[in-house]
Amino acid sequence: MTLHLDIDWTRCQGRGLCIELVPELLDEDDWGYPEARNHDSSLPVPPALVRYAEEAVRECPRLALRLTDG
Amino acid sequence: MSRVATPVAGLLAVRATSYDEHVALVGALPDLTPAQLLAEVRDAGLTGRGGAAFPAARKHAAVAAGRAAVVVANGAEGEPASSKDLAVMTSAPHLVLDGLVLAARATGASTAYVYAPERVLETSIAPALRQRRAPLAITLVPSADTFVSGQETAVVAAVQGMRPLPMHVPPVYRRGVDGRPTLVQNVETLAHLALIARYGAGWFRSRGSHDDPGSRLLTISGAVRRPAVYEVDGGTTLGEAVSRAGGPVEHLQAVLVGGYHGGWVPWDADTIQLPLSRAALSPYDAAPGAGVLVALDSRHCGLAAAADIARYLGGQTAGQCGPCRNGLPTIADHLTDLAAGRNPAAALTEIERICGSVEGRGACHHPNGTIRMVRSAVRTFRAEVEHHLGVHCTATAHRVRLGR
Amino acid sequence: MSALVLLSLVMVLGILTRSGRPLPGLPRFAVAALHRTTSLTAVAFVALHIITLSLDPYAQLHLVDTVVPFLGSFKPMWQGLGTVAVDLVVLLVGSSLLRHRLGLRAWRLLHWTAYLFWPLTILHAFGNGTDGHSAWMLAVLGTCLAGVGTAVGWRLVSDRFAPQAAPVPVSAPHGLAGLR
Repeated sequence: MTLHLDIDWTRCQGRGLCIELVPELLDEDDWGYPEARNHDSSLPVPPALVRYAEEAVRECPRLALRLTDG
Repeated sequence: MSRVATPVAGLLAVRATSYDEHVALVGALPDLTPAQLLAEVRDAGLTGRGGAAFPAARKHAAVAAGRAAVVVANGAEGEPASSKDLAVMTSAPHLVLDGLVLAARATGASTAYVYAPERVLETSIAPALRQRRAPLAITLVPSADTFVSGQETAVVAAVQGMRPLPMHVPPVYRRGVDGRPTLVQNVETLAHLALIARYGAGWFRSRGSHDDPGSRLLTISGAVRRPAVYEVDGGTTLGEAVSRAGGPVEHLQAVLVGGYHGGWVPWDADTIQLPLSRAALSPYDAAPGAGVLVALDSRHCGLAAAADIARYLGGQTAGQCGPCRNGLPTIADHLTDLAAGRNPAAALTEIERICGSVEGRGACHHPNGTIRMVRSAVRTFRAEVEHHLGVHCTATAHRVRLGR
Repeated sequence: MSALVLLSLVMVLGILTRSGRPLPGLPRFAVAALHRTTSLTAVAFVALHIITLSLDPYAQLHLVDTVVPFLGSFKPMWQGLGTVAVDLVVLLVGSSLLRHRLGLRAWRLLHWTAYLFWPLTILHAFGNGTDGHSAWMLAVLGTCLAGVGTAVGWRLVSDRFAPQAAPVPVSAPHGLAGLR
């Protein structure tokens, strides 16, 4: 079951810590908000990156991230 | 089932000035059990008339699976090009209320709301409520005149006394108002439910097509002789719908189908024969949606029209989500530039790039719907785009002076 | 005094973290981590401060004085401010360590008390310090005040901290009004 990085867009303010912590998955858009590098906005997280995604979830100052199943 | 000999012709045929008149016309509220109601709605194949066209029976069953459900009649109609919800609430408020009561019964809800603009609540719904004996607690909640006010989670927020903005929450059928399973149903869908419960699934399916049974309300506007709300059979073609509205005023180039989040369907000998169904219209990324048709004639520039809508939509974001709040006005600006012939090639490239960037990155469907309309315009008006890239516009009357 | 300097640094780092600005060599997540590490270190120094005081017969610090303010025997008012500050810092650090459980709103609300907390530490150091008002002490206090003051000033005026802009109202409110 692939984990997905769920972004609560109503909370996200583009602080950008997640982009720094999981650069393989996320890039910055024109306004500083996280964007999927592979253009899959459901943001599936490859197993090798799960621990970095977990760190991003912990560190987000807006508590805007969650890891969800599927 | 009903004690009335002849079922009414359709929703818009139900006009009554009192509850007694209403009952005399359509029959008393039927005494069906929740299971019977669910079965009847399922067999009728009723789909939501609020835009998403989700099978009503599936929605009811999902909510009924929970406890202490809540039902909300959604008449917010934030779509400017739509007035069919206003029409049905004004001409047949008792049908809508019947549908609400039946939906509550089907889902086991004892709490109900009608969410609609203040004026129609005051002039139609409240007076109708006063004429009825209420087995159900129905609270009226005024809706804001914004585009996103009718979005499902925004409805739940408004009912809870919060700002009517979309929320990042679990599906409302699981956790909605006060954390309870909530059915948010369009008022037209509820009105259909009220008649299906009385006359049966067979009656509903006796008109319309197999894929689109029953009737639906269309708001037809733009370059037609008689812009208004019409009730048509499911499966009606684009051409038939425009004819119902008196036919084109001028030579048409396209019809915006489905509202401001819809798709631009070019008007030609082939497309006018397309039934207004998701399947038939999918090549144009259009669907009937909430039954909105806006006819665009050749006097106007399609790109300019799309840019007008995009600017409106850009100003109607909830303002919560960065990509949407920033992206939509930017896309609108570029589309406006393209329509005006200002740096058209760069504008086109930016439109495509930003649409790709923003899509899917918001708490609700608003950015996606807007992007769909924009992309559809660029595709359908491709020839016009080529003209504009060559600093020329083909609109015959309101020709935009390009290159300024 | 070390605690005071560290806590002032924590305030500056907190504002920097909130600004979303990276520092040279320090990406934003590292600034945030530094803010956290410094605050935990500062708390350790505060704990040390309390322990050494409780072992100091002149200070007459009892256990209850560490949590309940203004009961102390030695300069009760100034010391009381320190006690309130300790109560607040426990709340601040505790709520931050548990913020995922508290939820965003509750955590943010509690974190704002940092702006109440820090002035209390300054006042406490100024009024309670046995160094009196020596030049050195005043210099340290002055530096802390200047540092945090500058950061707070920046916090108040800079656009970086502006609330998200509402969408710009458009001149064509109903899009296709002119289509007939």
